Amino acid sequence: MNMHTKPSQEFVMTRPDDGIKVGDPLLVVDHISLSFGGVKAISDISFDVRKGEIRAIIGPNGAGKTSMLNVINGFYHPQEGTITFRGEKRTKMKPHVAAHQGIARTFQNIALFKGMSVLDNIMTGRITLQKRNLLWQALWRGPAEAEELEHRRSVEHIIDFLEIEAIRKTPVGRLPYGLQKRVELGRALAAEPALLLLDEPMAGMNLEEKEDMSRFILDVNQQFGTTIALIEHDMGVVMDLSDRVVVLDYGRKIGDGTPDEVRNNQDVIDAYLGVSHDE
Amino acid sequence: MLYREAGDFKTTYRADQQTFPIKSERILFWAFIAFAFLIVPFFINDYWNKAVLMPLLIYSMAALGLNILVGYCGQVSLGTGGFMAVGAFACYKLMTAFPGMDMFSVVILSGFVTAAVGIIFGLPSLRIKGFYLAVATLAAQFFLVWVFNKFAWFYNYSASGQITAPERSIFGIAVTGPSTAPWATYLFALTILFVFGWIARNLTRGRLGRSWMAIRDMDIAAEIIGVSPLKAKLSAFAISSFYIGIAGAMFFANYLGAAEVGEAFGIDKSFLVLFMVIIGGLGSILGSFLGAAFLVLLPVLLKNLMVGYLGWATDLAAHIQIMLVGGLIVFFLIAEPHGLAQLWRITKEKLRIWPFPY
Repeated sequence: MNMHTKPSQEFVMTRPDDGIKVGDPLLVVDHISLSFGGVKAISDISFDVRKGEIRAIIGPNGAGKTSMLNVINGFYHPQEGTITFRGEKRTKMKPHVAAHQGIARTFQNIALFKGMSVLDNIMTGRITLQKRNLLWQALWRGPAEAEELEHRRSVEHIIDFLEIEAIRKTPVGRLPYGLQKRVELGRALAAEPALLLLDEPMAGMNLEEKEDMSRFILDVNQQFGTTIALIEHDMGVVMDLSDRVVVLDYGRKIGDGTPDEVRNNQDVIDAYLGVSHDE
Repeated sequence: MLYREAGDFKTTYRADQQTFPIKSERILFWAFIAFAFLIVPFFINDYWNKAVLMPLLIYSMAALGLNILVGYCGQVSLGTGGFMAVGAFACYKLMTAFPGMDMFSVVILSGFVTAAVGIIFGLPSLRIKGFYLAVATLAAQFFLVWVFNKFAWFYNYSASGQITAPERSIFGIAVTGPSTAPWATYLFALTILFVFGWIARNLTRGRLGRSWMAIRDMDIAAEIIGVSPLKAKLSAFAISSFYIGIAGAMFFANYLGAAEVGEAFGIDKSFLVLFMVIIGGLGSILGSFLGAAFLVLLPVLLKNLMVGYLGWATDLAAHIQIMLVGGLIVFFLIAEPHGLAQLWRITKEKLRIWPFPY
């Protein structure tokens, strides 16, 4: 347990390389439409997420941002359109299959496992990487234990990285909100995702916590090379962090581009500030 | 003063995640196990075996199984009695069909049969949760008891509808039937409980246990992190039923010797084991043992106190005993809703810093 080593030097991604070069599209969302009964949540949205970038999805409340994330990780099945992830096209899939393909996410309202310790929560993130079957686990001594310790080592790097060493054995239910958010990020990171979806990672945080979280997001992106798609309402954060921004409003895409382009887009300004209907 | 972790530094992750991280706890545990295995068999008599130790061991096994399902995976089940009946009848059919088979294999195979039945009755859990699932498993309880009453094949067409355990042995020592030594059945049950208690601990601390707890705490997040709800829920049902089946087989073959399904494995068994799990502590291996101990030992203790010591009439004592046990259950749940295991945990926390709590 060497506390002074930089995590980046030892943290090794074990997922096989998918052969996609940095800057090429990792995820392509193509003409997606999603409706619940008569309510159209998303209509005909297309965008892509390039490998290695931080992509922000913004929009007013009810614009369909979270629905979009739910579509990406297989929780909702769109009526129309396709999603291509790492070169593979898919239409319907279960969330846990998406997890196996390398998509991890955090939630708007914290969805940690309240009865488990911080360590166990983050270890759960590695569930797709643990392979030992029931019999080995029942025996414990030998391969199952070796595997457990190997994953414990990786998890400790994440704990180190997020600076939550002191609370690793604490049940998450007892932690303050900001730390819970951090643990949730840790759990998603533990899966070594190719694509990390963050649903409002800074909701309800104070300035200092927001700064910490922004730093972690940038570090994850730069040190681990993880591609990130995030939803956020704090425009300062979005403009500072993201490489490209897609703007949704009423389930439609109204803007797409670098933060500067989006900032000057008339539709976006109208959507956020409201537009006068007098003329 | 004996219970200290100061100076007990962990230098490897392996040492950090062992079952009993504190040395005095480890010593206590192994001393207790040595006592149970090496000392008790020499002093055991028929009364202690039949009234105290065998029910304790067998209900511990059942509580362990139910705790895996309810406590770890969060799937409420009221079908415990029915699954114990499956174990008992599988055991009976195996004993009569293969007279040469040793008792250990019979019990394990009965567990596997029950696991298969458990998976079938676990299927509704993929669609329904909570109280609704509890009602679905309640249906399993009534259905299974009905099946074992209705089809005479299960009790080999015996006139009374009872099943009676013939004499079977392990290593040439009889563990079922009328002429068994108390120490033999005790050691048989203790060995099985020890082995499977150990396995339960291993399963719950690894990947499988975490996938169960993830489903229990937040099923949507669990699915998004990569837990397959199908595999997690059905494996919990299978393993839980395996344990309960073994408990049922031992309850019939080693403890009762003869059983009638409606009487031995009725709905009251389901509730009794569920009470044990809740009072002992949901999601705790130790809690399963404590809960079983509480509900097995307390009535015996109260009965001895009232009839043997105070000299009250037996029927009066029986009624007061039921009231007292009920009252104590309520008291314990108010005092510590998370069960006896949590009480033990708090005691340990206090002991660690005693006598200077600052």
